[in-house]
Amino acid sequence: MPRARIIPCLTLLERRLVKTRRFTGPRYLGDPINAMRIFSDKEADELVLLDIGAQGRGPDLDLLGRLASEAFMPVSYGGGITTAAQAESVLQAGFEKVVIGSSALQRLGFVSELAARVGSQSVVVSLDVRGGGGAGFRVVRSRGAIEVADDPVLAARRLADAGAGELIVHQVDRDGTRCGYDLELVRMVSSAVGVPVVALGGAGSVGDLRAGVAAGAAAVAAGSLFSLFGRREAVLLTYPGDEVGRWER
Amino acid sequence: MLVHVVDSGMGNVGSLVSMMHRIGVEAVAARNGGDLAGARRVVLPGVGSFDRGVAGLRTGGLWEALDGLARAGCPVLGICLGMQLMAQGSDEGVQAGFGWLPVRVERMRPGPESSGFRLPHMGWAPVRVERAGVLFEPGAAGQRFYFAHSFAIAADDGDPAAVATAEHGRRFVAAFERGNLMGVQFHPEKSHRFGRRLLERFVLGADRA
Repeated sequence: MPRARIIPCLTLLERRLVKTRRFTGPRYLGDPINAMRIFSDKEADELVLLDIGAQGRGPDLDLLGRLASEAFMPVSYGGGITTAAQAESVLQAGFEKVVIGSSALQRLGFVSELAARVGSQSVVVSLDVRGGGGAGFRVVRSRGAIEVADDPVLAARRLADAGAGELIVHQVDRDGTRCGYDLELVRMVSSAVGVPVVALGGAGSVGDLRAGVAAGAAAVAAGSLFSLFGRREAVLLTYPGDEVGRWER
Repeated sequence: MLVHVVDSGMGNVGSLVSMMHRIGVEAVAARNGGDLAGARRVVLPGVGSFDRGVAGLRTGGLWEALDGLARAGCPVLGICLGMQLMAQGSDEGVQAGFGWLPVRVERMRPGPESSGFRLPHMGWAPVRVERAGVLFEPGAAGQRFYFAHSFAIAADDGDPAAVATAEHGRRFVAAFERGNLMGVQFHPEKSHRFGRRLLERFVLGADRA
């Protein structure tokens, strides 16, 4: 089986790289083109880029084209994609996959349409999830304001059946906390579907990444782990080197 | 050396052109048959479903131009769906491929001992070089590339055209070379130094095919 992927997750707002935490923030991190070049030079497995300012506006294709030309690894883009034409434009610009948010649960036909147009391997759905720890999970959208489902497993199955080729399970409550992934959530969703599942939210160390893989994640993603350093959270773009070795799944 | 990258609206043309520039090679996008006139190196990328891939090439005379170039001995490198389109057909669709390879593309499935098998096959996987040629140098080892697919050409033991194989459920053809026709199931333009090296070898060494 393919090696578990380690994926930096970067957030864009108005053409700048920012860091948010549980939908609040944002804190300015730097220039996205520079960041893309750095992660590509570090030979990152893959990268996810989310534009949180793109809602209603759509993808910033000019910037995306310039960003994609810096990356010699696959990059997924999410933010403001509501039509198949927009998705195709993003892929033509040089991105490998498009990411749709939790609202996809209310537009399963759109997921299927995308999969038919560009192939499931290019369609990723990111589920924002809150709760857990005995309190029950809820799948949310619109920056956490609206609940769209109360069962992430059922949601994941519906999306995989509709044609999503990959699912990101984003535990929003753990954003930026560095306390580790919600392994119960990762395990539940990974064992429920036959598509690759990416864990996101809470990773604070290489040990956390390994735990995510052990729980069944095909890939482990993180934002602050790869962009902020130390208690004072200085901006520092890093990527694990050879110390992670070749993980077996 | 000028490389023509086929642009049928389905594929990562931008990334390929970028990587070509990094290698120091000039690349142009070919959007119709006329754009391919005089081509000496052609790269056929492809992302998406088989039938749509065929439909995309059937516009603007690309299909006929590519077929003509292939038969005339022009080196052509198919990438991902681009490689699959060189086959006779695919489980994924009903359209016929170019038929330059006497094989079919099949939906991948778990093998007898597969655990954790998922589709699409997504991520970095090691590739076993079966024989050196244009794409891989003698003694090439430790090769790994990025894959993103649910369909593949099965690797039959001893097939001389399969220069590299990989495994996901079952062993499949990761790269083939058949005279001037070559193909890779993975994405060299998204595989860092491994992909760069392979594209470099194709551009510089394909005349020796």
